[in-house]
Amino acid sequence: MEIILALSIGVLTSSGVWLIFRPRTFQVIIGLSLLSYAVNLFIIAMGRLKTGAAPILEAGTTGNPELFADPLPQALVLTAIVISFATTALLLVVLLVSRGLTGTDHVDGREPSQ
Amino acid sequence: MNSIAHHLMIAPIALPLAAGAIMLALGGDRRTLNASLNVITTIALVAIAITLLCAADASPLGISGVYRLGNWPAPFAIVLVFDRLSAAMLLLTSILALATLVFALARWHRVGVHFHPLFQLLLMGLNGAFLTGDLFNLFVFFEVLLAASYGLALHGSGSTRVTAGMHYIIVNLVASLLFLVGVSLIYSVTGTLNMADLAARIPTVRAEDRALLEAGAGVLGIAFLTKAGMWPMCFWLPGTYAAAPAPVASLFAILTKVGVYIVLRLSLLLFGDHAGASAHFGGELLLVGGMATIAFGTIGTLASQEMARLASYSVLISSGTILAAVGMGQIGVTSGALYYLVSSTLGLAAFFLLIELAERGREPGADVLAVTRELYGEETELEDAEETQEVGIAIPASMALIGGTFICCALVISGLPPLSGFIGKFALLTAALNSQAGAVPVAGWAFLGILIVSGFATLIATTRAGINTFWASPDATAPRVRLIEIAPVVVLILLCAALTIQAGPTMRFMQVTAESLHMPRDYVNNVLGRMSTPSDLRRTER
Repeated sequence: MEIILALSIGVLTSSGVWLIFRPRTFQVIIGLSLLSYAVNLFIIAMGRLKTGAAPILEAGTTGNPELFADPLPQALVLTAIVISFATTALLLVVLLVSRGLTGTDHVDGREPSQ
Repeated sequence: MNSIAHHLMIAPIALPLAAGAIMLALGGDRRTLNASLNVITTIALVAIAITLLCAADASPLGISGVYRLGNWPAPFAIVLVFDRLSAAMLLLTSILALATLVFALARWHRVGVHFHPLFQLLLMGLNGAFLTGDLFNLFVFFEVLLAASYGLALHGSGSTRVTAGMHYIIVNLVASLLFLVGVSLIYSVTGTLNMADLAARIPTVRAEDRALLEAGAGVLGIAFLTKAGMWPMCFWLPGTYAAAPAPVASLFAILTKVGVYIVLRLSLLLFGDHAGASAHFGGELLLVGGMATIAFGTIGTLASQEMARLASYSVLISSGTILAAVGMGQIGVTSGALYYLVSSTLGLAAFFLLIELAERGREPGADVLAVTRELYGEETELEDAEETQEVGIAIPASMALIGGTFICCALVISGLPPLSGFIGKFALLTAALNSQAGAVPVAGWAFLGILIVSGFATLIATTRAGINTFWASPDATAPRVRLIEIAPVVVLILLCAALTIQAGPTMRFMQVTAESLHMPRDYVNNVLGRMSTPSDLRRTER
């Protein structure tokens, strides 16, 4: 499982980085989305990977941490997903406004040849 | 501290949030109601900040309190920590907010929707970022303040603003992703995100994990330094700040200082003298990067033709100076940097407001024309003396007042006597050159040289801009300025003057603040509170 997760984080990150260096706003926003997926997976991975382990202890028990998943990265990733979703939506609105005002989807608001 | 006073500590976050939510529910049409609510809330925030600052200064350890949200013990839930530094930043923020808000009431709050709710939410994010004692909570407050600042940067619309705002948003989104990567790396090594708990655990991190921890701190540092505007991550700043509306740009003067504040706080808390093998991690980088930022800002101020760009590059110089001072890692330098931070933020905020007033009534692009004229030596016909008779209505001789405050701003920003900019730089340089080792280190001399050159260059640039605006402008009609527009600028300048007159007590306060920042044992003990030792609750090794 580790190798699959590591590969997918790597592929998502490299595609995202390549895309945010592109000149069109749509490519940039897709790149940002891919990067945020990669970061979300990365946060989960930082809590160590466990299969089929619950993050919550049963009431009244102490439990062995070896058998439980770490709940904190899951809470963090939930917050990170919500925030990156909201900011991406906000960026999308700004992109549309920029497209409407400047008539081009270049990030600088004008075509490079002009 | 009794219970009501204790709960006052949450007010800097809860009050703006409530006010912003109410204003959003009222809708953008009820402008007078929104504006009065906004003003009342901001005045209340100033009062709360003053109370908290007095409480923090009066308490023997310099920490007026730790607010445990939900009353959970420290490393398990979020805490807000009030010490001298966070209380001082809170006061600075609320004073700036009040000044820019009054300025905006003249006309800027009408050029777009939802100015008032966004303003309060920005204040909530700023206050939260200054108060929080938890790294992930810091990320959340950063996102709150950034989301509000995106809205405010675009306030008033227009294609220049939208293009500059888009760059600003994209850069900050990437920086936020780096922030998350850094936070999760640090969590994976130490198992905690509470800053005080981190400070207690970092010395005990195993040697093989140390590289990972430092990588996390480095990635986190890049995210903060992008926001603080350190070279070479500062390319987005001049364009955005110059394009933002005047009151917003003025409030943004504190936004770069949030990044600077976090770097100052975390580098001294987590990587101070006590941090074992990781002590002073990144200090040289901050020193060199800070000086590179000053150099870049200096070149920028000399090269800029518009006053707003000049002010934006001055923001870079100010950030660079503080970052380099933090990199030196000496108590005296840090206290000088704190004084300089307050003084330069006030001066820059006043400068951004003033630029808008001074440029009113000039044709667009007059600055560029003026510089072109200078280059090609084209003769300009003398203006009629009658022109100066036409002064503004609300304040007679408005041009003279604007010119006078412009000189004061230039003195603060370039660091010339008699105003507070000089004292800030003097304190910085005295401490940097009086090292305990005897011989002055090379870094001290380099810092001295670059600070003096940058001050001189800023003086040249502001003088040139002032001459072009006030003396040599081809169509110098006196701008109409209302009292509520010039009053905030004058108040900010008067605060700089007060800092100069009260330099002794202020410097003493900064000295004590810097000492407690460099010796964070009290901070850590206070936050972790009743627990016996952090190692008792140490996460079981996974």
